[in-house]
Amino acid sequence: MLDIIDLNIEFHDHLVPETVVYDFDLHMEQGEIVGLVGESGSGKSMTALAIAGLLSRRDMQKRGQIIFEGKELLTCPRNELRMIQGNQIAMVFQEPMTSLNPVYKVGWQVEESLRIHHPEMSKEERKEKAIKTLQDVELDEAERVYNSYPHQLSGGMRQRVMIAAAMICEPKLLIADEPTTALDVTIQAQIVKLLKRINKEKKTSILFISHDLSLIRQLCQRVVVMQGGYIVESGSVKQIFETPQQEYTKKLIGAIPKCEKKVVTKKANTQEKTADTQDKTVAGKGGAQYGE
Amino acid sequence: MKKKKSKNFIIGATITGIMLILVMIGCIWTPYDPEAMDVNLKLSGVSLSHIMGCDNFGRDIFSRVLKGSGTTLFVAVGTVFIGSFFGIVIGAFTGYYGGILDEILMRINDALFAFPSILLGLVFISLLGSGKYNVIVALGIAFIPSFARIVRSEFIRCKNMDYVRSAKLAGAGDLRIMFVHILPNTMNVMLSSIMIGFNNAVLAEAGMSYLGIGVQPPDASLGRMLSEAQSYLFSAPGYAIFPGVVLILMVLGFSLLAEGVKEN
Repeated sequence: MLDIIDLNIEFHDHLVPETVVYDFDLHMEQGEIVGLVGESGSGKSMTALAIAGLLSRRDMQKRGQIIFEGKELLTCPRNELRMIQGNQIAMVFQEPMTSLNPVYKVGWQVEESLRIHHPEMSKEERKEKAIKTLQDVELDEAERVYNSYPHQLSGGMRQRVMIAAAMICEPKLLIADEPTTALDVTIQAQIVKLLKRINKEKKTSILFISHDLSLIRQLCQRVVVMQGGYIVESGSVKQIFETPQQEYTKKLIGAIPKCEKKVVTKKANTQEKTADTQDKTVAGKGGAQYGE
Repeated sequence: MKKKKSKNFIIGATITGIMLILVMIGCIWTPYDPEAMDVNLKLSGVSLSHIMGCDNFGRDIFSRVLKGSGTTLFVAVGTVFIGSFFGIVIGAFTGYYGGILDEILMRINDALFAFPSILLGLVFISLLGSGKYNVIVALGIAFIPSFARIVRSEFIRCKNMDYVRSAKLAGAGDLRIMFVHILPNTMNVMLSSIMIGFNNAVLAEAGMSYLGIGVQPPDASLGRMLSEAQSYLFSAPGYAIFPGVVLILMVLGFSLLAEGVKEN
């Protein structure tokens, strides 16, 4: 469905051109969940923005090909790209606090892609569909959420609203750019579960970007590891987590506090495992940060 | 979420409200014909039948103040409308797109900005000729740069927000993003600068009419009345005081309102 071949992204807004992504290759099938892992500045968000068509065409040079269902996204005309955006490719951003427009009601914003891509729908149809989508992302009181402003919702609710807004046109590809980073651990788990369910029910492919390997392990089928703009390693979750080939991947996996603790306690003594480890696991999961 | 309105807002709104009511009354009814002269009442003081007295032609000052503040307000509204409309369009395009268009328009803007707006207004008036509508056009053009600059900076602030990106990703076109998604977010700043612009417009109109190049007689205007009154400052102080006080109240009301909007 999605094929990325030799993608290079260069910034040209300074005197010296700066390359942020080198020779990126990726193939995604319909209904697949692929994880993209890497430290800050490794180029994972840039890649996502390029797929979504959000990089400005002026200061940036992009070489290579992004082929989505047979259409070349990098060179196709603007209006054709707009037909795909929102309708077939949608994206959820990292920061739920700023990704909703503060002056409009939530319902209006969820409906926005419907208004653009399905102008034939009536106001009532749109509202019905929006409320149904809000219920689909497990928001209770969808009617009330529909009529409230972003500042009246909590972070987790906003992120659900963002997912609803992204899913309302039932896109084929959902790009989730660190959707759980700004949320606390329990909400993180819920969002991951929700994405999993959406993937199963709607057959939406998900490109899940994160620096949290434990989340990737729960959610994804395949993983791509990036460092400094290059793909370091890629393969199935099992492959990467059990037999990592590259030194960097090993380090990344070694940095998951959860895994380490579990291994240690298993080996050491099995009796003291209960309450103590559970605490540690939760704490470790929340503070999982790599690549300082 | 009901916030308590600030004191400034309440006082400002009250003054402005009273002024607006007076102006509206002045449009449909004045106690005397503002242009009817009566030699017998020339420069007469405050009395029951003429509550602000009469001017050098025996015209009722209260009626003329009502009519005059209407004219002043009309010019101010027109000026701010032209200034903010073109300012918003220019600011939106330059702020959103940036690049060469932005450079060129903003340098022109800087050049216009270098002149005080009244001076610029004078230049345009000397090109266009005087009169109520020409004053609106001249002052409106002079007001464009300041609005354009405010809108531009707000657009630059907003255009990299995530909600703009998600709108773009929803497939919204540039115009839709600019005027549907970003513009309402600049309203907070715009409202208070429109209020301040209003003040400046009232003062600029009064200043130009005072200099004799604004509203032409026999139309009444507050600035014009002040300039006519200056020769009778001692014989009929009311002639200068009443239009002056009304002018001050009008400007004060709007400034307090602008301050209040900013605080809320």
